[in-house]
Amino acid sequence: MKADIRVALVGNPNTGKSTLFNILTGLNQKIGNFPGITVDKKTGFCQLPDGRMAEIIDLPGTYSIYPKSKDESIVFSVLADKAKGLIPDLIVVILDASNLKRNLLLYTQIADLKIPVVVALNMIDVSDKAGITIDIDLFAKKLGVPVVPISARKIKGIDQLKSTIAYANKVALQQDTIDVEAIAPQIIGQIKNDLKIDNPYFALQLAHQHETVSYLSTTESDHIEQLEQEFSFHSQKAQAAETIARYNFINDLLYDTVKKPETAHDESISNRIDKILTHKVFGFVIFFAILMFIFQAIFSWSAYPMTLIEDLFIWLQSVISKTLPPGPLVNLLVDGVLAGLSGVMVFIPQIAILFALISILEDTGYMSRVTFMMDKVMRKVGLNGKSVVPLIGGFACAVPSIMSTRNIENWKDRMITIMVTPLVACSARLPVYTLLIALVVPNRNVWWLFNLQGLALTAMYLLSIVSAITVAFVMKFILKARERGYFIMELPVYRMPRWKNVGFTMYDRSKTFVLQAGKVIIAVSIILWVLKSYGPGNTFARIDQKYSQSQYTKTMTPDSLNKVVASEKLETSYAGVFGHVIEPVIKPLGFDWKIGIALISSFAAREVFVGTMATIYSVEGDADKLESVQQKMHSATNPNTGQPVFTLAVAFSLMMFYAFAMQCASTVAVVYRETKNWRWPAAQFAYMTVLAYTASFIVYTLLK
Amino acid sequence: MKLSQLEVGETGIVKEFTDLEMSVKLMEMGCLPGEEIRISRIAPLGDPIAIHVSGYQLSLRKFEASTIILQ
Repeated sequence: MKADIRVALVGNPNTGKSTLFNILTGLNQKIGNFPGITVDKKTGFCQLPDGRMAEIIDLPGTYSIYPKSKDESIVFSVLADKAKGLIPDLIVVILDASNLKRNLLLYTQIADLKIPVVVALNMIDVSDKAGITIDIDLFAKKLGVPVVPISARKIKGIDQLKSTIAYANKVALQQDTIDVEAIAPQIIGQIKNDLKIDNPYFALQLAHQHETVSYLSTTESDHIEQLEQEFSFHSQKAQAAETIARYNFINDLLYDTVKKPETAHDESISNRIDKILTHKVFGFVIFFAILMFIFQAIFSWSAYPMTLIEDLFIWLQSVISKTLPPGPLVNLLVDGVLAGLSGVMVFIPQIAILFALISILEDTGYMSRVTFMMDKVMRKVGLNGKSVVPLIGGFACAVPSIMSTRNIENWKDRMITIMVTPLVACSARLPVYTLLIALVVPNRNVWWLFNLQGLALTAMYLLSIVSAITVAFVMKFILKARERGYFIMELPVYRMPRWKNVGFTMYDRSKTFVLQAGKVIIAVSIILWVLKSYGPGNTFARIDQKYSQSQYTKTMTPDSLNKVVASEKLETSYAGVFGHVIEPVIKPLGFDWKIGIALISSFAAREVFVGTMATIYSVEGDADKLESVQQKMHSATNPNTGQPVFTLAVAFSLMMFYAFAMQCASTVAVVYRETKNWRWPAAQFAYMTVLAYTASFIVYTLLK
Repeated sequence: MKLSQLEVGETGIVKEFTDLEMSVKLMEMGCLPGEEIRISRIAPLGDPIAIHVSGYQLSLRKFEASTIILQ
């Protein structure tokens, strides 16, 4: 789509910026990358009343043009980048009318960059209700910009905002807010002169942010560094002076234009809710109840749609294999691509539910209270109050949980959270655990109440949490902090969730997951399919030939003959050859080559284990028949010793391997996507494999 | 007196800061000299704390609060 005008949305967090963005652009939005900067860029298109098309860019919410997190550094980079043409034609600054003072700081900074500005005074209904009266005409006159009162939540004032955008001036007409040159006159003058810049605030920002702004050349950046030395420019002192000056301007402005009652109505309600939700006892009880609910919802609500998706794919596979002529291409399509696709799609319900619930918790303001309550505990182990949510979500699936770590501003805290989340026992491990536990742990009760199998499963879940926390604690000492950690965080007023935003988040995250993780999963499952379906040389042909001899065809039923052929082909396939190659490595863990194949194929996704076991032990029917897989595994014996393969030691060793190993292509893909550097998923894969091998080895040696 | 020494419900007026880097962040969030701060609540485990300032609620760690000197 061709845009006639580029509009950037700028505002504090919790001001309804994303709601406004969704209203303006509808589903007509896309997420891309800012050139040269590894932060997502959300853009969309909006038809203006005069027929022109506006490209809307949603910049990350920030309290100030001075960045505190990587996300926030985008704001100035975009507004400054004349070279790459990122700079917008118009900026819409969104202000929360019920909390103007702090919101106006960002406005005054943006306004002084002298890019045309329009103010959207959001939540005007909330401020009206709270008894705040704003003289909008005088406010607009004092700022020198159009001010449009809106309520993004109630979709009011949007048409007026659109026409204000359409008819906005092409030159910046806003009043100066503070005397910028007075902050650091010498360096501002010199930068203006040397870099041919006419805006003093822009020059001052370059003095502050020249190291992070991509559009400056190294020589220019070095030159600014030199000027800083020469004029002994101290960035933080200058920033402090600027902030004080700006708040003086804001206080004067608000004194003339806004009348406020003593306590805001909304806030006193919020206070009463907080008394319960952050209470010493009830606070934690409610928090754990909510966690239980999320956990339950992810499992129970997703069960039905997940089966539906699986059935749909099974139906699709059968239709294709029936209608198309048989051959390797159809095999690849059915057993490779479609099987891989269904492995991706089946996670959509869990992802959608998890994200819906998380976005409700965020939208209402509860999430910041959880952070507030948990920060002290989490900090002790190298995490952050905000790490609680991804870790809990990890019980369902690490993929959406890792995506949700974006809320963590502190780089080190976020990286540690990403690194340990895959250790939490996700739902894909559940079928593996239940199969193996049922195999070796007797189904009886101890102390009347506790079922042994249930206890074993609970122990696996506890182990996952303990290991995640332990690894986080170790990483706290390994990773170097890039910045000082802060916990200066707004506790927003409680609000009803915006259901449309919840819907958008569900849609957005599911789409990202399918597109990003999907590519990897499909690729891996195609490779696996090839490895399982082909063998070196003409081994497969020889097997077919051998079993077409009359001694086999006469003595065996066609069914059992097929099973024997399939299992012999598997042994001689590339996957089987590979299994035999790695056997010496996994032997100390108690695994044979067949388990080796299951382990290797499980690196695509853990739940592949049951299916592979089913194929290897030539069970007919589908992998869901746990009973029959279990029976086959139970009766499986080692041909050399005659002893059963799946002893207690082997089963627990296997469970340890699945507990620690990074056997999930989607997680690897999403960690890469979130960190934008292959080193992170590689390091994660390495440390988890080492842990898995060590834990399996110890458990096997002890139980043998 | 430091902000971290106030009890829940007590108020104080910001005088100055002992940590420049922290002060820059705090001032951006509306904790400026001359501004009144009320302690809204303390987290169940004793840290961080929530304060009311500039018309909204802000949470910060006790250590961060100890860099704010009151009048």
